[in-house]
Amino acid sequence: MNERDLKEKAQILDDKGMRRALVRIAHEIIERNKGVENVALIGVRRRGVPLAQRLAKYISDIEGTTVPVGILDITLYRDDLTTLANQPQVHQTEVKFPVTGKKLVLVDDVLYTGRTVRAALDAIMDLGRPEVVQLAVLIDRGHREIPIRADYVGKNVPTSRKEVISVRLTEIDGEERVVILEGTE
Amino acid sequence: MRFLIKGGTIVDPVAETLTESDVLVANGLIVETGKELKDPEAAVIDATGRYVCPGLLDMHVHLREPGYEYKEDIQSGTRAAAMGGFTAVACMPNTNPVADNAAVISFIKQKARHAAVGVYPIGALTKGSQGKELTEMADLKAAGAVALSDDGQPVMDAGTMYRVMQYAAMLGLTVISHCEDLSLAAGGQMHEGAVSTMLGLKGIPAAAEEVMVARDILLAEATGCRLHLAHISTEGSVRLIREAKARGIKVTAEVTPHHFTLTDEAVQGFNTNAKVNPPLRRQADVEAVKEGLRDGTIDVIATDHAPHAYYEKDVEFQYAPNGLVGLETAVGLVFTRLVQPGILTVPQAVAKLSWHPRQVLGLPGGRLTPGAVADITVIDPNLSEVVDPAKLQSKSKNTPFARWKLTGLPVMTMVNGNIVMQERRLLV
Amino acid sequence: MFWQRKDLLGLRQLTPEEINLVLDTAVPMKEIIGRKIKKTPTLRGRSVVTLFYENSTRTRSSFELAAKFLSADTVGLSASGSSVAKGESLRDTGLTLTAMGVDVVVMRHPASGAAEYLARCIPAAVINAGDGTHEHPTQALLDMFTIREKKGSLAGLKVAIVGDILHSRVARSNIWGLTKMGAEVRVVGPATLLPPDIEQMGARVYTEVEAALEGVDVVNVLRIQLERQQQGLFPSLREYSRLFGINQKRLELTAPDALIMHPGPMNRGVEIDPQVAYGNRSVINEQVTNGVAVRMALLYLLTGGEHNAISH
Repeated sequence: MNERDLKEKAQILDDKGMRRALVRIAHEIIERNKGVENVALIGVRRRGVPLAQRLAKYISDIEGTTVPVGILDITLYRDDLTTLANQPQVHQTEVKFPVTGKKLVLVDDVLYTGRTVRAALDAIMDLGRPEVVQLAVLIDRGHREIPIRADYVGKNVPTSRKEVISVRLTEIDGEERVVILEGTE
Repeated sequence: MRFLIKGGTIVDPVAETLTESDVLVANGLIVETGKELKDPEAAVIDATGRYVCPGLLDMHVHLREPGYEYKEDIQSGTRAAAMGGFTAVACMPNTNPVADNAAVISFIKQKARHAAVGVYPIGALTKGSQGKELTEMADLKAAGAVALSDDGQPVMDAGTMYRVMQYAAMLGLTVISHCEDLSLAAGGQMHEGAVSTMLGLKGIPAAAEEVMVARDILLAEATGCRLHLAHISTEGSVRLIREAKARGIKVTAEVTPHHFTLTDEAVQGFNTNAKVNPPLRRQADVEAVKEGLRDGTIDVIATDHAPHAYYEKDVEFQYAPNGLVGLETAVGLVFTRLVQPGILTVPQAVAKLSWHPRQVLGLPGGRLTPGAVADITVIDPNLSEVVDPAKLQSKSKNTPFARWKLTGLPVMTMVNGNIVMQERRLLV
Repeated sequence: MFWQRKDLLGLRQLTPEEINLVLDTAVPMKEIIGRKIKKTPTLRGRSVVTLFYENSTRTRSSFELAAKFLSADTVGLSASGSSVAKGESLRDTGLTLTAMGVDVVVMRHPASGAAEYLARCIPAAVINAGDGTHEHPTQALLDMFTIREKKGSLAGLKVAIVGDILHSRVARSNIWGLTKMGAEVRVVGPATLLPPDIEQMGARVYTEVEAALEGVDVVNVLRIQLERQQQGLFPSLREYSRLFGINQKRLELTAPDALIMHPGPMNRGVEIDPQVAYGNRSVINEQVTNGVAVRMALLYLLTGGEHNAISH
């Protein structure tokens, strides 16, 4: 399904709403981990990456400490490779710090079936053995297919499977908002 | 049986004329030619808009029998010839055993009695075509060999070739030379040039053919032997033959339809059906052999019909044998590639397929004159067909011309006054 | 841009976009090779056969490691000790492997065109690991990956390939690939080891090594085989080394930061001086690492979904 074939149904968050949600998550990460010592953020390509970088900035604004940010490409860990029409392009995983013993916070834009997070967890385990892995998402839209839940959620949005959640970020999309899209038929 | 071929155009390859004329055939002979012939007892064959030609002879065919009947045999090969408009073929001696003795020649002659078209065996030059000892040429001639050749196995030793020619000249036999210097061609898979470089296939340089053409011309000059150069493929060979003829040396030459049609580009994609020896050459060589055909340097068009079983060609390129089947596409290629573009007139083309090969081999026939044996080929210059390998009469289907549309096809083959092919259907 | 081909048979057929896709995909693969745990589950349940009709320890192990790093199952078949030695045809060997459920066949074969032939016979993906003197596309891709990594881009570079061009599938694949990517390729070697009309592939031909090396950014040194001397193609290794050997002095003719490459295995002291082979401009060992990365990329791309069925 191509997003161009869909029409916008509703706006869930505007730029201010997104910022508030992320700042709250930054606070929650600090609180849950009793500071940010040994904490590192890992953004899942693509939209998890700018979100992780923003969280790192907010954490630094609040705590005055810089947390490392890594980039995870989960393509090679996807469970649907054999069913896709074409091989998705693989991009580089850039985790420059050792993950063993770290408190990792995985960051992604939307939590849906949970399969991406499953793949991301496998990818992380291949890099080393973190102390804990937590999950932060901007939107949780439900419909889990595997037993995974988020530790930090920007906004819970009940959706139908026909709908698509589109997170638009300045760095990638040139705008800052979250919308629900729906098929035109 | 009497036949009246009505309304056609008689081709005379010697006078180079086209004459609207009927032909009356009775008891295996041509009785009469002329306009508005009538014979109430004769079956009438309408040849309106068609060329009525003296029976075509392919002087370079591999019938594979004895020894390689899985590729072709005398029966299937002559059926292919009949389909291709040939009333006779001359078959090369590289059978198993080699036709280097009278017994093998006699065997072929005997088998050919029931064949669809006439068969003229060619005997070997040397025992086992090993290039060393001379064969019993007089015996071969007596048994019915019409010429001598070690086709496929060039006589590398110049001294042996010299003696072969001296001896053959004594007997008045034509020596047919397959010109290939094996030290230059060694291991070669295709023409040496840009395509062989790109495909990483070992090349056979044009010089491999030309040095032997030059050598054999000199030996023919020295011995006075009649030399016929088989399947000429290069610009240099054509030039050497043209010069030799100008100097009055008794040399004749043939070219195959694939060598005046295809270039080494046909090998791209490792097409084993385009693997042939001599190899398909450059465009400049194709143009040169066409010029040689046009100016008379090249006397004969012969197919080098070389059947191979499909599984022999269904292998990695370098393991595939050389050769392709040509009997059933020859006339179509001559008309499509030489006559239609104006390189040869119809009488010239027919001469290279009937009169000249008979002259080279010293055989009668080649003109539709009263009293001559009724070997007749009728060609429809406007009939088109798409080549379908599955429909070939040959046991083997190794043609590079699959799916080619050819225009100008034989529509009747009459051998000894019997129709063996009519309207693209075999009657034998 | 998605990979659409069933097979990788040569670089002649590939578009610059396809070459870039392979090279881009090899970048993240190289990161995996650098990990402590060199494994991703990507090709779990996929099977890769290495079918080698010629001995080649390095190419074969490179492919097998690439497959294993991506979790594919691998089986190695050699010409000796298999039905191949008993005269089985390549088509039948291919069909047998297909019947066993093989997804990818990596083949090295002494006959030019063998990979293309096998690819026509079987539905599995075929990777040409060297066919006769025709192509060795994965070697050329790893060479190009190495150059691109060091130089940033291939366009506008001058690359000299030195040695036995006539018998080199590596040279042919490099010429196709590099010229497509906008590099200038020069070939130099003894006149008897230069194939005719190679200019038509886009290469510039030299017989004097000094002229060929003038200002080049990359020198790719080919292995010279003693066998060619026995075939009468050049007089002696001594004279070869004197005329075409790459030594420190000759390197002064190249661009100052020129890379030295060799597809291996090397004849040290013959086609390449040990000082050059182990010098700071040599990237010969990196070529080996990059070879695994490029082969991982190809295995990934060729095992794509159902629709990867457009052959050649």
